[in-house]
Amino acid sequence: MIRFEAVRKSFGHFRAVNDVTLDIRRGEFFSLLGPSGCGKTTLLRMVAGFEAPTSGEVYIDDQPMSVIPPNHRPVNMVFQNYAIFPHLDVRGNIAFGLRKSGLSKDEQSKQIDEILELIKLPGFGSRQADQLSGGQRQRVALARALIKKPKVLLLDEPLGALDKKLREQMQIELRSLQQQVGITFVFVTHDQEEALTLSDRIAVMSEGSVLEIASPTELYETPKTSFVADFIGTMNFFEGKITTSDGQNTNIETPALGSVHATTGGQLAAGSDILVAIRPEKLRLQFERPPQAKNIALGRMGPSAYLGDRSHLYVQLENRKEPVSVALQNLESSADRIRTPDQDVWLSWSPESVVLLPAQ
Amino acid sequence: MAYAARRRFDGFTIYAVAYLVFIYLPVLFLPLFSFNSSRYIAFPLKEFTLQWYEEMLNNPSLIEALLNSVKIGVAVAIASTLMGTLAAKAVTRYRIPGRGPLIGVIMVPLVIPEIIMGIALLIVLNLGGIDLSLVTVALGHMLLCVPFSMLVMISRMEGFDKNMEEAARDLGENSWGAFWRVTFPLVLPGIVASLLLTFTISFDEFILAFFLSSTDVTLPVFIWSSLRFPRKIPAILALGATILVVSFVVVTFAEWFRRRGVHVKTDTGV
Repeated sequence: MIRFEAVRKSFGHFRAVNDVTLDIRRGEFFSLLGPSGCGKTTLLRMVAGFEAPTSGEVYIDDQPMSVIPPNHRPVNMVFQNYAIFPHLDVRGNIAFGLRKSGLSKDEQSKQIDEILELIKLPGFGSRQADQLSGGQRQRVALARALIKKPKVLLLDEPLGALDKKLREQMQIELRSLQQQVGITFVFVTHDQEEALTLSDRIAVMSEGSVLEIASPTELYETPKTSFVADFIGTMNFFEGKITTSDGQNTNIETPALGSVHATTGGQLAAGSDILVAIRPEKLRLQFERPPQAKNIALGRMGPSAYLGDRSHLYVQLENRKEPVSVALQNLESSADRIRTPDQDVWLSWSPESVVLLPAQ
Repeated sequence: MAYAARRRFDGFTIYAVAYLVFIYLPVLFLPLFSFNSSRYIAFPLKEFTLQWYEEMLNNPSLIEALLNSVKIGVAVAIASTLMGTLAAKAVTRYRIPGRGPLIGVIMVPLVIPEIIMGIALLIVLNLGGIDLSLVTVALGHMLLCVPFSMLVMISRMEGFDKNMEEAARDLGENSWGAFWRVTFPLVLPGIVASLLLTFTISFDEFILAFFLSSTDVTLPVFIWSSLRFPRKIPAILALGATILVVSFVVVTFAEWFRRRGVHVKTDTGV
């Protein structure tokens, strides 16, 4: 549907986008995720036509876009701060793009009513921009873009300006809206949780390059690089060396955890450096040494943070300066006991939960 | 806080009142003496009269000078606001190499003494063999007014979201359509403010008008030449008082319009 082919964009000496090649499929909710300044917005603006690639080409439905100005592209955009026209009311904003549609006034009016219904703002047509809340502005921006029936809807961090509760609600609405209209959504965000919640696929970007394109589950459970593992969620990293590897089971010797067993990793050369990565919620905490566990380590409780539904605990290991992060579901209030600092605790984890990453 | 504010009231109030008296009292003599029946500007006042206003209206060369000034003012206001708007759009919306020096060069007429500019322009016009007329006065005034207009328009254009124009383009307008349907309505308050400001500057500008006019004179030049004849002074006072009232109304309107613009701006900010 959208194809970037060796797209590069430089601003002076600064290379904002570096040889990006990627495919976005029809009807997919695709996210560009990365820290600020990683080039994700530049990529989006190249689809919209506000930036031209320095080299390479963007295709929409196999049509090269570089010769087509923004107003003739089959895409519409929801801007970061919505860019609602302050001199027009809600109807005026939504009708803005219909001027050249060739539709009769009645037909336009009918479509506007329908879309106001879709964004759950019926009866708001005569409101001015300054009489709308952040969430309502966002919906108007969506309606204004969707009424043009674009092939692709581009969204530039549209939820960034909303407070947490409203943002979560809009995430659900956005997702169901996308499924209703069946349009391809390209969504730019720096919020990894948002990207995981919404997307079919995510492209993780850093310093102008795409590091990995995968589904949310793949990105979270089996990241391919340490940057992705670190950027998405929290990750504990341990340096180590492979001792044995037979394609099914891998054993790694680490200074911090001792011997680690993993079931991932494929065929790896013995003696090579490797990075062992374990998510905080895959670690189990116990006061007694677990007899069955294949992977264990002894540590000392450090500080903890109570977050309501879960707790974040930090466990200090003897041979590691940084404490290990452990996430605990607060299933029962007895969790209080485990948060008491300075007691010895046993960490254990399954071989399946270990992610092996190339050492930096 | 309220207490502190009240305490500050005393000392600064005296200063503020003294300041206002110093600034405005001399100006108020104009309307005062314009209604005084004596031909000489001196106390005590004599009777109330409107004869100077009558004399003013019956003086064809005064009316002609007034019309000249209005004509030049309108032309200069429109031309320099147009140029100022386009220049402001260029420097706020596009990446222009040498943007800083460019703005600096355009702003230079604000700091060059007008008498120097007047002489320089006179020399250039002479060399070019161009006869002095109201047109040359208007051109001189534009040199002064374009930077003012540009300053007003830059602050207006920086005040609203650049994404607005992109949104318009995204919704199917070409750059001309985006300008007329979005940019223009949003900068309109700035345009009105610029028109009024540049008109005012041109209307009371004396030095350039003096250097660059020939037999057709503008109002300030006419007033200056009339001052040599004490007989004519009361009519000038009447004219001055009239202009004072008109300026006051115009400036108040401009300020009201500008504030309305600021209001719109804060509303669009996210």
